[in-house]
Amino acid sequence: MSDHTTSHVLPKSTYYAVYAALMVLLVATVGFAFVDLGALNFLVTMIIAVAKALMIALIFMHVRYSERLVWVFAGASFLWLGIMIVFTLNDYFTRGWLNIPGK
Amino acid sequence: MSLAEVGHHPRGHLASHFETLGQQHESAILGMWTFLATEVMFFGGLFLGFVVYRFTDPQGFALASRQLDITLGTVNTFVLLTSSLSMALAVRAGQTGDRKGQVRFLLLTMAMAITFLGIKSFEYYEEFEKHLFPGAHFSTAHLNLPEGAPEILGQQAQLYFVFYFFMTGLHAFHMIIGIVIMGVLAVQAQRGKFTPEHFTPLELTGLYWHFVDLVWVFLFPLLYLIDLHK
Repeated sequence: MSDHTTSHVLPKSTYYAVYAALMVLLVATVGFAFVDLGALNFLVTMIIAVAKALMIALIFMHVRYSERLVWVFAGASFLWLGIMIVFTLNDYFTRGWLNIPGK
Repeated sequence: MSLAEVGHHPRGHLASHFETLGQQHESAILGMWTFLATEVMFFGGLFLGFVVYRFTDPQGFALASRQLDITLGTVNTFVLLTSSLSMALAVRAGQTGDRKGQVRFLLLTMAMAITFLGIKSFEYYEEFEKHLFPGAHFSTAHLNLPEGAPEILGQQAQLYFVFYFFMTGLHAFHMIIGIVIMGVLAVQAQRGKFTPEHFTPLELTGLYWHFVDLVWVFLFPLLYLIDLHK
């Protein structure tokens, strides 16, 4: 580990900018919920949520300015979560596609 | 650190198994992220369960979801995101050694956290009144079930509320822990414990608080928003 601390102080304006962006996305996600986009509603909502999460993690949680090892640890948890969700949904959604007994 | 503290402990805040304060700080942050990784897994299982049933039992989940109060949910999301900004500024005050700022922003964050819990309690109260809490007293009376709907629809809706109460309850529990920790930190900050060389507890609590915010960023749309249309 390097000697430097994460006391790399961000200007207040950075935090305010992230906050403003989070507010815009909050309004957007609630607004889109009232518009009927069919199956796209779920997709749009999740894209907005991921965008908000990235801003919170990278700026508020200082991941962007942290050691590479922190990137690995933070990334690993979401990678495994992704594997768990994708593989499980892959199973549930494809059941019944083939007429195999005992599926 | 104050002169008195240095007198007590020749290495100040530096524990004996670290070379430098920087190394100690980095290690603490890595440790916190390890803890947060377990939290991601912990909440992740619940999110996965919710999403699977939301797709296998879409009708019941949609009917149940529409019972939630979107206005209160939106206000609460606003309050929690704002508390995260306040927490970020508290950590920044730690970095710059601004003692008054630390105390002020910690108290502000706590006040917003308590506001969030107050609004959430009111929502719970409304849902209890409508007999939406799963169990013996669950009733489909308020769900606007279609005429001649099969009984399974009510059961699916009840399953939705199992997820709803468990996930929001677990989230609220995390917030209560956060409020207690922030209270302790506010007292310590007031006593001048944190300096630009040593503000690790503030930084770690900030990570925890932003994580709680992160969980809500996914909970809110999944529980309140995605099923307004179907």
